[in-house]
Amino acid sequence: MDFMVFQYPMISVQACLDGILLGILFALIAYGMALQWGVMNIINIAQGDLVILGGYIAYFMYLYGIHPAWGVIVAPVIMYFVGIAIYKLVINKVVDRDLFISILATFGISILFMQLMNFAFGADVVLANSDYGTTMLFNNNVVLPNSKIFSAFISILFAICLVIYMKKSKLGRAIRATAQNARAAKILGVDTEKVYAATFGINAALCGVAGALISITFTIHPYMGLPYTIRSFMIVIVAGLGNLPGVAMSGMGLGVFEEFADYILGTEFRIGSVFLLLVLILIYRRFKLSRKREYLK
Amino acid sequence: MRLNKIILSFVSALVILFSTSVASFAKVVGDKIILGAAISLTGKYSSNGVHTQNGYNMAVDRINSMGGVKVGGKTYKFDIIYYDDESNPKRAAQLAERLISQDGVEFMLGPYSSGLTKAIAPVTEKYGVPMVEANGASRSLFTKGYKYLFAVLAPANLYLDVAIDLAVEKNNGKGVTVAMAFEQDAFSQDVRLGVLDAIKRTGSKKVIDDKLPKELNDMAATLVKVKQMKPDVLVVSGHTKGALTAIRQIAEMKVDVPMLAMTHCDAAKLSKQHGKNSQYALCASQWHKTLTYKDDFFKDGMTYDADFTKEFGYAPPYQAAESSAALLVFKDAFERANSFDQKKVRDALAATNMQTFYGNIKFAEGGQNVDKPMVLFQVMCDDGGKCENKVVAPTKWASAKLIHPIPSWSKR
Repeated sequence: MDFMVFQYPMISVQACLDGILLGILFALIAYGMALQWGVMNIINIAQGDLVILGGYIAYFMYLYGIHPAWGVIVAPVIMYFVGIAIYKLVINKVVDRDLFISILATFGISILFMQLMNFAFGADVVLANSDYGTTMLFNNNVVLPNSKIFSAFISILFAICLVIYMKKSKLGRAIRATAQNARAAKILGVDTEKVYAATFGINAALCGVAGALISITFTIHPYMGLPYTIRSFMIVIVAGLGNLPGVAMSGMGLGVFEEFADYILGTEFRIGSVFLLLVLILIYRRFKLSRKREYLK
Repeated sequence: MRLNKIILSFVSALVILFSTSVASFAKVVGDKIILGAAISLTGKYSSNGVHTQNGYNMAVDRINSMGGVKVGGKTYKFDIIYYDDESNPKRAAQLAERLISQDGVEFMLGPYSSGLTKAIAPVTEKYGVPMVEANGASRSLFTKGYKYLFAVLAPANLYLDVAIDLAVEKNNGKGVTVAMAFEQDAFSQDVRLGVLDAIKRTGSKKVIDDKLPKELNDMAATLVKVKQMKPDVLVVSGHTKGALTAIRQIAEMKVDVPMLAMTHCDAAKLSKQHGKNSQYALCASQWHKTLTYKDDFFKDGMTYDADFTKEFGYAPPYQAAESSAALLVFKDAFERANSFDQKKVRDALAATNMQTFYGNIKFAEGGQNVDKPMVLFQVMCDDGGKCENKVVAPTKWASAKLIHPIPSWSKR
């Protein structure tokens, strides 16, 4: 264990800011997961793989001389249609089935995507350079890459647009109605089939944005999707479904937790600490639920 | 009953026919020496798996076109049976079994990576099949007492200790402070052990010792500590992910460190992916085209580089060069053994003492090559932003002078 993070206050500030910026990006991915989980009752194990695919779209734009930041516009458009295609081919056959079936189906999609990306793009680790420079704070003691700030800003922008869209648009209202009660919505004339397809498409589009941002900020690789799925799952579990402020707070909290775990326990325990936290939260929730049940009795 | 007997005899006849055909397929068919290899053509190692296969194929074509292998007064040609191990150690071990017990292969070439070589080595050892491998550098491969395993490359613990020696030399022989970040895998941990030995030997001090996860894509925490501790050397080994992440974040976070040494720069195409940001990074390499080793088949490094580029459309990374060298070693051993007897070939391999375009090859008892030092190259860029890797150590092979200390980011 290394407590350097507490010995030097500036390192704590650095860890907090890094964690918050990172957490906002995680929250965007998690929001997509929460949306389709709430509407369709599907836990999408392929969430991280959709993110990586979005990253490859930005990377290929970069390879062809287009600035990768444009990926945040192109990737969601392409990924929306990828999402619709996945829905039509697989998800619509499992949408009303047991949760376990949908987990198996999306797990299969995840493996398929990993192998297809490996086959199409190769196994090399790649990245897209944005050349955005660096912001120095507190007398150069805290360093924030502008690419991370850009990622957080774009994530917030997309989240706000989505909230407005869900509140104001017809489709948004239909999605919310379906999430509340699919049967009632159907009776009242909502085409739930269309709503499901659009929801899965929107989720994939959000993954596309996040992927483009990750290729600018970090690195991408066909087999790097799972940690993003786990993080979004964790954030949604903490925040609950359909709770955007909760998802944002939980995302930032997870980002800061990861950064501190990295400093204190070491980078090797970074992802492990997320798993540990997930287990602890699940145990806590079970404990809380059992107390509630006793009270109800 | 009679029908059953007929079926039984028919099946038995087929089995006998099949087993004899397998036996005749073993090791030599007509004028061909059949070697077996499980290679990662898909999965996470597929890029380097393909480099390995291209290296093998290039050497097979070259040796065959230049007269082949002469054994017992007869000329033979090399041929290789490949299987895709999917970058999976279990699959690699199964395929090694299949190559040996079903396909009848009696001589093997190694897979890509230390992990997969570790999975295959017990199988080849069990059957007494000599294996020359070119891509498994982990020290643990050479301490298990394997008798049939020979590696043409220098072991992993020698990758970056040269960098510590170099830093000490630049510090007028006094010890230096070292920050280390190594991935949690067999190879990188062996590199770490080598660096720790060098730290002890030179009276240096380790100030950071971070372990990186397999799914690494953010090492900001390590770099913040580096900024705080200001070590003389930062050593990073985390395959291509580690090299790319380190360079990206060092540049973004403006981390100033007098010496930065890493592995896998070649495979990460560091100078291509990061351009000027990768400037001054020191990279450990098994081979570099400017080294002046020579042989009769590929002449020298520069010729190999040109020929390989012409054939495959990209410059050969060291993974390809060492794979080609493995075939040269096999050819030499077959000719000296003058036999296809596995024991005799194994003994001939153990007595190898030769020079190839890739370097000198002489095996120690454990099977590792002890006659080829690692080289360190430094990424150097011109004003136009074009970057090149230039050998700076050991001095004997240096084609450029080491730039030390690395200029600070504010002056770049």
